[in-house]
Amino acid sequence: MRSLIQPRRLRYVLAVILTLVAILAACAQPAPAPAPVAEGIPADAAGVIAERGLTPDDVYAAVKTYMPTGQYDPYIMFSSGGQSGQVLVIGVPSMRILKVLAVFTPEPWQGYGYGGATNKTLEGGYVNGNEIKWGDTHHPNLSETNGEYDGQFLFINDKANARLAVIDLRDFETKQIVKNPNAINDHGGAFVTPNTEYVIEGPQYSTPIGWEYAPIEDYAEKYRGLITFWKFDRVKGRVDPSQSFQIELPPYWQDLCDAGKGPSEGWFFCNSFNTEMATGGIEEGNPPFEAGTAKNDTDFLHIIDWKKAEEVFKAGNTENINGIEMIRLPTAVEEGILYFTPEPKSPHGADVTPGGEFVVVGGKLDPHVTIYSIDKIEAAIAAGGFSTDPYGVPIIPLDNTMEAQVELGLGPLHTVFDDKGYAYTSMFLDSAVARWTLGGPYAGKNPDEPWKLVQKLPVHYNIGHIASAEGDTVSPDGQYVVALNKWSIDRFANVGPLLPQNFQLVDINKPGDQMQLLYDMPIGMAEPHYVQIIKADKLQPFEVYPEVGWNTETMSVDPNAVTDPSQARVERDGNTVEVWTVVVRSHFTPEHVSVKKGDHVIWHLTNIETTRDATHGFAVPAYNINLSLEPGETETVEFDANQAGTFTFYCTEFCSALHLEMMGYFFVEP
Amino acid sequence: MGVGVRSGDYMNLLNLDPDVKVLLPDGSARRLMDYLIPSAILMLAALMLMISMFVPYWHMSLTAPQYPKGLYVDVYVNHLEGDVREIDALNHYLGMPKLDEGGRLERSISIIAVVVQGLLLIAAVFVHNRWAAALALPALAFPFIFLADLWLILYTYGHSIDPQSALGGAIDPFTPPLFGAGMIGQFGTVASAGPGLILAFAAAGVVLIGLWFHRAAYKPIVDARNKVKASTSQAAQA
Repeated sequence: MRSLIQPRRLRYVLAVILTLVAILAACAQPAPAPAPVAEGIPADAAGVIAERGLTPDDVYAAVKTYMPTGQYDPYIMFSSGGQSGQVLVIGVPSMRILKVLAVFTPEPWQGYGYGGATNKTLEGGYVNGNEIKWGDTHHPNLSETNGEYDGQFLFINDKANARLAVIDLRDFETKQIVKNPNAINDHGGAFVTPNTEYVIEGPQYSTPIGWEYAPIEDYAEKYRGLITFWKFDRVKGRVDPSQSFQIELPPYWQDLCDAGKGPSEGWFFCNSFNTEMATGGIEEGNPPFEAGTAKNDTDFLHIIDWKKAEEVFKAGNTENINGIEMIRLPTAVEEGILYFTPEPKSPHGADVTPGGEFVVVGGKLDPHVTIYSIDKIEAAIAAGGFSTDPYGVPIIPLDNTMEAQVELGLGPLHTVFDDKGYAYTSMFLDSAVARWTLGGPYAGKNPDEPWKLVQKLPVHYNIGHIASAEGDTVSPDGQYVVALNKWSIDRFANVGPLLPQNFQLVDINKPGDQMQLLYDMPIGMAEPHYVQIIKADKLQPFEVYPEVGWNTETMSVDPNAVTDPSQARVERDGNTVEVWTVVVRSHFTPEHVSVKKGDHVIWHLTNIETTRDATHGFAVPAYNINLSLEPGETETVEFDANQAGTFTFYCTEFCSALHLEMMGYFFVEP
Repeated sequence: MGVGVRSGDYMNLLNLDPDVKVLLPDGSARRLMDYLIPSAILMLAALMLMISMFVPYWHMSLTAPQYPKGLYVDVYVNHLEGDVREIDALNHYLGMPKLDEGGRLERSISIIAVVVQGLLLIAAVFVHNRWAAALALPALAFPFIFLADLWLILYTYGHSIDPQSALGGAIDPFTPPLFGAGMIGQFGTVASAGPGLILAFAAAGVVLIGLWFHRAAYKPIVDARNKVKASTSQAAQA
């Protein structure tokens, strides 16, 4: 008997099947990685080093900060844009500006405030109906989850007008500006609680409560400090004023604040610097503010129980003033929301250590930083029996709250932290960064003795704020410190009497006295105040909008989106002309739009591109219109055609080889 | 039987039950496996065709300085995937039709056509004469028809340039290559067969193997039947 199934034939069939599998498997092959130059410096590079007279430290700084093309910085720094009213996005350590985000000031490139929904965002920041054309941005703060930056939102205050802005980090665009209805100005903002329950806007110069007039003679009686807890709705990505509240404070010029975390979660700390209640009037022979506010040896660190304040607000023990609920000062005292403890002298900053155990306050005119212990503060509050200030606020003696004082030198301002138990304080008068050691649970994380100054690194010049990588979180990264210097004097080529600011990057990787200056970055557009530095991989913004027809205000598809040129059209209803335009390389559809003088024009534009960087602009001359239509974006601009004539609209982003041809005619018949 | 397994025993392992046999009309017996094998191979070919519908048949990648990640289009039997939108946006400068406009009819009927080919292969399992080969013919021809049709679509693309487009007047009609590299403006193109097409060709090969086993299994039956028929008629004549 013969069988068809013989081993030879089976092998043949198997071979066919194996070949098939091999062909399919061949589809994915890994690309070989380029080999980095590991050792030695090329002769021509050594020539450059010699020719420029670079020191070994210079070469180290250069290779530490140089970012080859196409490589990304591991950290992103969000910087206050100072008087520009904007926010800068900067790569660290290369210190390259990646973008300037339009926040409080109209900005044409982003089409911010030149027609479209961003006009509405800016209108949110109008003061009593008056257009405000700028902002004095001070303190950017990233949203946090469990005390870690989560990369979702950025908040920043406008000191000049007491406003707060919300930036959505999905598209790096400002979504909301809220005007504080009871504050003229602010400084201590924006700060977030460890889970971004609240964004906190502290006041600065005291004014009468309720936006009222009161002569300076009524200072002690009518002028007040004010702290605002803006409730943040993470789902909507907006501050909800109806769920927000304020606390009335004595008129002590509260300044910079920080939220407690870990053992201090639920507390909020602010320094203040006019417990003297100086009222100025140099022209009348009174001490000027600079002297009057610096008279006392100590001012008050404000210790605020925000969780208790929230309970009081929810219980309705508030007063509605100008549309927002306010916990009045007597209520705050009675409910045990507010405590003081002395802080020396002309203090600045209130910075909570990563683990939440301590609060560090610099004394501008005192050579120390003073470190307060939350355990001691809580024990003292539990023990009770305090003296009070003229407004009845309990004052806890310094001896009962202080953990340590570290002498650093002249003009200590702000303090940041790393992962090795070091703290870094900006020394304004010394023009230096002071590295010192924390004690308590941080002792032993580095070879140095606790609560001691370790190194003072000169910076150039007059350092204000300071920041470290992820330095405000519960787990700082160390790596880098950035000194935000107010003066640059001789650091850059002379560009006239108004000088750029100087951001200096400092390497803090090595322990002890080995901090090294790496890079000077001129900021020639305003005076930034504060920055925060986040790990770049925590940011996951859109590359292009997720769907064609995206409305960036609602973060969803716009009902007026047109996704195909066949849907483009012009419709007239009485005196209103509505246009639906499709925008794609390199043409608008339609290209001819005719209206009559006096018509109200509603113009919807959809960029139907889905390719990264295929942004188009839309400018209409004489009508002050310029939109930035990023890939997938739909925008609507409304205006009255009040000038007759033949106008040319065109694309303002160089989009393609035929970009100049991307235009159309807008006819306004007389 | 000892612990060691001899080569003949492998066959016994494969042969589900050596005592189950097929009795031919002339009284000879064959193993059941001889008949299961061609059926299994043809069904495997049908399965491969079915799988091929879910993976791309043809792939074209485009590279240009301003597209560091490149662009690509994957052609499935019934749809296109990849940067179709962007390729269309670029092609509009040349006045080329949208990718979606080519092979619409083919894409609309492809699923049914492939399923029918698979069903015909399964039908061939049950047809025990030379007509089985005819039933397998569509599956054998399919990958060749696909390629011929794709060439025609590519030819049509390259020869339907709208003279009204921005560059329409400057471009000579052309046929993008079916396989291998090409160049259009600053774009380098590379076209290659996708796993689906490779599967379809492999399925055609498997069909041929299956038919060989099919013939080897069923020809003896036909022969035996003829032999019996012949001997019966001889007996009748006698």
